[in-house]
Amino acid sequence: MQLIFCALFNDQSFDKSTRVTRKILTNPKHVNYQSNSLRSPAKEKLIMFGLAGGDPRLSFKRTIAYGDLAIVYEKHEIMRPIIVTPNAELHNRFGVFMHNDWVGKPFGSRVLSVKGVQGYVYILAATPEIWTLCLQHRTQILYLADISLVIMYLEIVPGCLVLESGTGTGSLTTSIARSVAPNGHVHTFDFHEQRAQSARADFDKNGISNLVTVGVRDIQGEGFPDEFQAKVDSIFLDLPQPWCVVPSAAKMLKQDGVMCSFSPCIEQVQCTCEALASQFTEIRTFEILLRHYEILRDTGATSEMESGNSRKRKHDPSSVNDSIATTTTVFARPCRFAKGHTGYLTFARLKFKSS
Amino acid sequence: MEEGNTTNAHEDSQRVTWEGCSVLLDVNDGDRFVFARLTTAATLSVGSYQIPLGPLIGRPFGSLFQMRTGPDGPFLIEDQSKASSDSQHTNGADTKENGMDWKNNQSKDNRALNDTNTAQNLQHSDIVEMKREGVSGDQIIEALISNSSTFAEKTVFSQEKYKIKKQKKFAPKVLLRRPWARSICEAYLKKKPVKIGYLRFDTLSLMLASANVSGYSDVLVVDQTGGMVTGAVAERLGSTGNVCCTYLGLKSYPIDIVKIFNFSPDLCSRILQSPLPVLSSVRVEDTQILQNPVNSIPSEIATTNSLLNSTPSQVSMTNSPLNPTPSQISMTNSPLNPRPSQIPITCADIVKIDVSSRQSIPSPKDHLEETSDCTDMNLKCTDKAFERRKVSCNPGQNATQARVNLWKERGFTSLIIAAPNLDLDSLVEDLLPLLTYSAPFVIYHQFLQPLAVCMKKLMTSKIAIALRISEPFIREYQVLPGRTHPFMEMNGFGGYILSGIRVQEIPES
Repeated sequence: MQLIFCALFNDQSFDKSTRVTRKILTNPKHVNYQSNSLRSPAKEKLIMFGLAGGDPRLSFKRTIAYGDLAIVYEKHEIMRPIIVTPNAELHNRFGVFMHNDWVGKPFGSRVLSVKGVQGYVYILAATPEIWTLCLQHRTQILYLADISLVIMYLEIVPGCLVLESGTGTGSLTTSIARSVAPNGHVHTFDFHEQRAQSARADFDKNGISNLVTVGVRDIQGEGFPDEFQAKVDSIFLDLPQPWCVVPSAAKMLKQDGVMCSFSPCIEQVQCTCEALASQFTEIRTFEILLRHYEILRDTGATSEMESGNSRKRKHDPSSVNDSIATTTTVFARPCRFAKGHTGYLTFARLKFKSS
Repeated sequence: MEEGNTTNAHEDSQRVTWEGCSVLLDVNDGDRFVFARLTTAATLSVGSYQIPLGPLIGRPFGSLFQMRTGPDGPFLIEDQSKASSDSQHTNGADTKENGMDWKNNQSKDNRALNDTNTAQNLQHSDIVEMKREGVSGDQIIEALISNSSTFAEKTVFSQEKYKIKKQKKFAPKVLLRRPWARSICEAYLKKKPVKIGYLRFDTLSLMLASANVSGYSDVLVVDQTGGMVTGAVAERLGSTGNVCCTYLGLKSYPIDIVKIFNFSPDLCSRILQSPLPVLSSVRVEDTQILQNPVNSIPSEIATTNSLLNSTPSQVSMTNSPLNPTPSQISMTNSPLNPRPSQIPITCADIVKIDVSSRQSIPSPKDHLEETSDCTDMNLKCTDKAFERRKVSCNPGQNATQARVNLWKERGFTSLIIAAPNLDLDSLVEDLLPLLTYSAPFVIYHQFLQPLAVCMKKLMTSKIAIALRISEPFIREYQVLPGRTHPFMEMNGFGGYILSGIRVQEIPES
């Protein structure tokens, strides 16, 4: 199965089976779309979204099919994952949408409501980044900035073997899976049976279950399983007492391997660094945050306040167009809401043991 | 599953250095970074010494070497002592017992300290003599400590600092590191940030994540960061997928940094280049265009120049006398033109010079000399032997017409633009249609304004959604018992990123 994200916007030209579209078929718009589309939906298509599940065949798929996991982008930052199901309807503030209408269209298409509000949504293919924004939280999760730094610093590339604990909601796991695909693997551990179960279900939905193994184990108490000894490229810890796991982590890593510990409190970092000092080198602690910016769209409306995708609305896109065309200045400022802290990331590289 | 696949077999062989391999030398715990090619003739300059790098060949990455002086001059020897082999954090552990007691450890202070330069009884001539006799650096430091009249008066922390300072001078350490996107980016940022467009490694990681780069990706890149972005993308591709560097004008942008990564020939062959007009043109079956891209796109020269000259950011910067004329471009880009009298500036460099208020004019060197530029004044890699040698893999080949057609049919799966001296608006308008629907893109820029303008345009044209401008903030911490705080010095600005997702256009009404 593929993960698809849907985004809500208004477009008519796609729906051949609905009343809405019948009107449009006579509309020049439709012709226009046809000519614009170099990418025929019928063609098999390399889906890049990294969630190939280790099977290259799966990655050659670009059109929406039943059973796919789609995510609906309603408006800025509001997205919802959905499994495309025959005859199912999606109700939201932009109207009523038929899943059947989406099938066969390429990801990234706009689909129209058939009832209620005349709105539209976009249906996108999933990426780990979008997944992180719309997944259901079972625990506190890692966000984009931390995730991207972890992946880069841990030197996770295709083919790597990575250990992670705990699994939590699986936000980071999804990104690691993308980075080790197609021939690497992530072993992630959580001591919570039910959480592990839900994580497995998510990974399955995302089509990455071939890349991820979820184990139920108290890593803090027992350490990592011995089978991974000296085989692992990188390790990620998100545990309340990561320093307990440091000796086990050192045992699992390959020579020159890197580990990372994520802790919200500086006292945890302090203890971890002390534990790391004997077997690790290049111990560094970072804090990373993102500042987002909004721009002034037209009088009084910023990108943050972007109104929805109603086909009939006060701020008609065309009128916005006009006002933009006449203004040459664009105003930008940081968003008012920002995360002040997520956690400290401590990285360390296994010290070289000369034999 | 981790064993036996080609990627990992390849990876494991890369955990030990080989002759001709590219390495990153970390001198004195991050004090200096030096990129080098390991050959028997290669040397490393430390102070006035030339130290042969031969002993580093065939050694595992992560090995630590120490400089010793012998009868034949200084040499590097693998450091066997574990105790002194670490950075601040180990030192922190050494004083752990003190650290636990740090609240009470302040009985000593500097009230009696007078900087009269008389505390040290050992003379310079004594040290020179010791060195000549082949006394090890550690012993010299011991001697310095025992001859210092104030050392005992210092606090534990300050004694530690003193030792580290002396160790760097008398017993320099060289740590053997594998060059990775992160370490290369960090090293360049420290030594030659203008070359990589001031790209910080957290910004780079954010770009790769936001652009969803992974195996099976077909990534379209506009890289004016000397190959930093291209290399980082390629590193994430592994054994599948392609990266295509596109460019305006006659000559592709330099991607020399790619050669610092130890990429396999297979991976290098998937780092391709193609001029934008070729990618944008309607599908063609014959290969004529690619065989002769220069002749087929003469109109592009003018375009490029007008673009360069009309870039708003450039206007706001210095009024540069370095705006390139077409002849300059072709001339300076020629690799067969090493005469120093000519100002060897590539398109990519020109505006970077503007950005940096013309700090320095890059010299007309090939990759290896470039990398040695990354060293600092008293530490230079002088690997003359290797400069003449060709690197076996040759990234940046022109994409074949078949490949271009495939891209046209399928669309690229992500786009990364790191081009501070091009007109973003028209560039984005040209590049976005080359992406498949639902493909993410990121644009890196040093300035907010061009991104804001670009974002507004994209919001209006509705060919992209989920648009967001972000600025990463990263702060490193010193973590020591009783002494944890952010570092005093930090990089305060990592650039801006505009990210979004390309979607189906709204049909015109």
